[in-house]
Amino acid sequence: MKLRRSMLFVPGNNPGMVRDAHIYGSDSIMFDLEDSVSINEKDSARFLVYSALTKLSYGSKELVVRINDLGSGLGIHDLEAVVRAQPDVIRLPKTESAKDVLECEAEIERIERAAGIPVGKTRMMAAIESALGVLNAKEIAFSSKRLIGIALGAEDYVTDLKTTRSDGTELFFARCMILNAARAAGIDALDTVYSDVNNEEGFLAEAELIHKLGFNGKSVINPRQIPPLHRVFTPRQKDLEKARAVIEASEEAERRGSGVVALNGKMIDKPVVARAHYLVQLAAAANRTPIEEV
Amino acid sequence: MQIVTKGVAGTMESSDISVRIEPREGEGITLTLTSAVMQQFGKQIEAVIRGTLASLGVTSAVVDAVDKGALDCTVEARVKTAAYRAAKCEAYVWENRK
Repeated sequence: MKLRRSMLFVPGNNPGMVRDAHIYGSDSIMFDLEDSVSINEKDSARFLVYSALTKLSYGSKELVVRINDLGSGLGIHDLEAVVRAQPDVIRLPKTESAKDVLECEAEIERIERAAGIPVGKTRMMAAIESALGVLNAKEIAFSSKRLIGIALGAEDYVTDLKTTRSDGTELFFARCMILNAARAAGIDALDTVYSDVNNEEGFLAEAELIHKLGFNGKSVINPRQIPPLHRVFTPRQKDLEKARAVIEASEEAERRGSGVVALNGKMIDKPVVARAHYLVQLAAAANRTPIEEV
Repeated sequence: MQIVTKGVAGTMESSDISVRIEPREGEGITLTLTSAVMQQFGKQIEAVIRGTLASLGVTSAVVDAVDKGALDCTVEARVKTAAYRAAKCEAYVWENRK
C-alpha cells in the first residue's frame, strides 16, 4: 500500500528547501514549478528541480513535480525537463476536463518515446481547482491509467465560487465530488493545503474532517503540519486491535467453512472485514515510516 | 553556445549561488569566485562551474559567482540558467536521468 497522508509543497526555485525536503518525514514531496515561482524565474526553477531530481537522493519518498498548465506555454518546457528527470508523478494543475489530462499525457508519452523511457512509467495526478473541474471530476478521474489520484486545489476553487476559505462548508461539495470520483476510478483522493500555518487547531479540525470523509491525505505547506496530520491518518491501537480480531474471526469462519462471521456474539458483514484488512495494511505501511517531530 | 549579453541567475540567500555570465573578447573562461567555504570547497565549485560551461559548449565568457553554500546540483542549475539567459537561447537540451 502506498501511503499518501502528506504531500509537502516545495517551491522549485528555493535551493535550501529543495535540498532539505526529505528530512521532514512527509510521505510525498511535491516540487512546485507553478504558483510559488515568479514568472521571471520559471527557467531557473526548472533547471534547479531537474538538477536536484537527477543528482540528489530522496530515499524512498514519492517525488512529484507540479508543472505549469500547458495553456500557459510554460508547461511544455516543464514536461521536456521533468519527464527526463523521472520523478514518480507529474501533477497537472487547473484540470477542468478529461481533455486536459489526455493532452498532457500525449506530451508525456511523446517525450518518453524520444528519451527511451518505458511508455507509461511517468504517473500523473490531476489537481481540480474550478467549478467546471469539480463537475467533471468523474471524467477526469477515469481519463488515464497513469493517474494515481486527483486533488482539490481550494484557493482557485473558492475564488471561482466567489467565496473564501472558512470552516470547510464552502468545500464540502467539491470534496465529496472528488472523493467519490477517485474511489469510483480506484485512485487516491488528496485534499488541499491549509494555508494558516499558525492555526494548529484549525488545521487539525480540517485534517480530522477529511480523514472522516475518506481522503488519503492532504497537501502541506509547512513541515510542522506533517506530524499532526500523520497522527490523524495513522490507525489508533484500539482500532487496530479490533480490526485484527475481526480478521481472525473471519479466518476462523473460513476454516470452519461457514459463510457467517461472528465476533463477541455479533455478526460481522463482509465490508467490515474489508475495512479491517485496509486498516491493518495502513498501520503496517505507517509503521514503516514512524512519525517524526519537526 | 555563444554568450551574447549579460545573464544572471541565483540569489545571495543561504544554500544558493549567484552567477553572472557576460561576453568576453577572445577565447577562454575568466572566472571570479567568492565563497564562504572557499578553503574547503573552492576547487570543487570552480570545477562544477567550468564543467557545466564546457558541457554547454561555452568557450568564451566572463563569469562572476558568489557562493552561499550551494550544493553541486544548485551550482550546475544556476550556471545553466545564467548561460542560457546570456546566450538568449530557449532551445533547452535535457539529458535523461542516468
